[in-house]
Amino acid sequence: MSTWDRFVETFFNAKVMLKYYPDILSGVVVTIELAVLIIVSGLLAGLALALLRALGIRPLNWLIIFVVDLFRSLPPLVIIVLIYFGLPAADISPSGFVSTWLSLAFVLMAFSEEIFWAGITSIPRGQWEASRSTGLSFGQTLINVILPQAFRLTIPPLTNRTIAITKGTALGTVVAVSEILGQASSAMSNSYNPSPLMMGAAAYVVLFLPVVVAARWIETRFAWKR
Amino acid sequence: MVDPIVAARGIHKHFGHLHVLKGVDLEVAERELVFVIGPSGSGKSTLLRCLNRLEEPSAGSVVVDGIDMLDPRTDINHARQRIGMVFQSFNLYPHMTALGNVTLALRKVVGKSRAEADALGMAALERVGLADRAGHTPGQLSGGQQQRVAIARAIALEPRVMLFDEPTSALDPELVGSVLEVMRDLRQSGMTMIVVSHEMGFARNAADRVVFMDHGLIVEQGPPAAIFESPTQERTRAFIGQIQRH
Ligand SMILES: Nc1ncnc2c1ncn2[C@@H]1O[C@H](COP(=O)(O)OP(=O)(O)O)[C@@H](O)[C@H]1O
Ligand SMILES: [Mg+2]
Repeated sequence: MSTWDRFVETFFNAKVMLKYYPDILSGVVVTIELAVLIIVSGLLAGLALALLRALGIRPLNWLIIFVVDLFRSLPPLVIIVLIYFGLPAADISPSGFVSTWLSLAFVLMAFSEEIFWAGITSIPRGQWEASRSTGLSFGQTLINVILPQAFRLTIPPLTNRTIAITKGTALGTVVAVSEILGQASSAMSNSYNPSPLMMGAAAYVVLFLPVVVAARWIETRFAWKR
Repeated sequence: MVDPIVAARGIHKHFGHLHVLKGVDLEVAERELVFVIGPSGSGKSTLLRCLNRLEEPSAGSVVVDGIDMLDPRTDINHARQRIGMVFQSFNLYPHMTALGNVTLALRKVVGKSRAEADALGMAALERVGLADRAGHTPGQLSGGQQQRVAIARAIALEPRVMLFDEPTSALDPELVGSVLEVMRDLRQSGMTMIVVSHEMGFARNAADRVVFMDHGLIVEQGPPAAIFESPTQERTRAFIGQIQRH
């Protein structure tokens, strides 16, 4: 057997791949479910916090800043482990799936709040004043004048951050979530062969490469033109 | 003054330790054009902004068209429809067309349908000579055109009073004329106007009264000829001399 054959036999073993590709596929489904949940809940919560912060209620803003900074400074894996192994002490036992979802949603909430907030505050004060001087309320100004401009500015950083955090779904293996990496590594230990891992890596590329390419496109598309 | 349409009395404004307005009284009659001049930092913008409560006066009273602007029971968003404001930096909404800028408050505050708002908005753009630019965004307009759209945005709400805060200061000299012309038309139509500006030529032939402010107080006021040619106060004389040298 040549070196090349041995290489293929080891990393791209057809028999192993055939046997385990359904597992990898089910992992893909779990990863997609997790990703969608994280993105939707994380971005909505981040936007909600940024809007609350715009109200300018001092003590509330301190609380928001504290929570946001906390989740931005903790490694996501630590949050996952804390929720999964820590909460049962308080008689709540979230599954690995729920722990991973909540943890990464909190992290995305924290980062997206900062991005939304930066977008809102980057809109010149004159925009608020022009709108308020014509009789629009605070809320009407926020919705019709400020947010449409702020969103344009936030889309590129938001896309990048969302991709980075969503890739963190792989951390779910630590708490036994059978997403792509979890499926791949258990298949690897069952088959004594790393081919499933290669399939897993391929699955991540297939999932995320289009998103990364789309992000690049969005970035040029939404570059702010005045 | 018989029934002033704007009556600001004893206005004080503090920003932290900074005492910016130190008891300003300003009454403006209907159809009057009052010109406010004074050195940078003397409180002109702050005074204008106190009139529509963009700035909350620390003390004093502001009554516009019979509405007590500082009464907490006053619906300030409703009251602001009667007071149009035009800013030095135009402050048009960059994500909307000229018509979108003019119709936003008509739809959201006055409650007009889109069709009604569009008709009123086009009429307002017509008045400032920009009906043919209705579909342009601010980025596609010159500074002078942007400021005229901003004026249209304010007059579309049919205000009783218009406030202008250095409307031509950000414009290239060759674009100033078109904005002043719109203001002159507005004046001719009988609009009450309070104008902060250093356009002395415009003041001379359009203003009924010139008010000179310094250090948060009205130092002197009177007809343009009197203020420009024979001011009684030394500070006024110094200031007039200064801007005429430019
Ligand atoms: N929002 C603010 N916070 C603190 N200081 C302000 C604020 N607005 C204006 N000022 C100060 O008040 C003074 C008067 O400002 P302003 O009314 O803009 O003067 P003018 O329009 O005559 O140039 C200046 O010293 C300015 O720095
Ligand atoms: Mg000013």
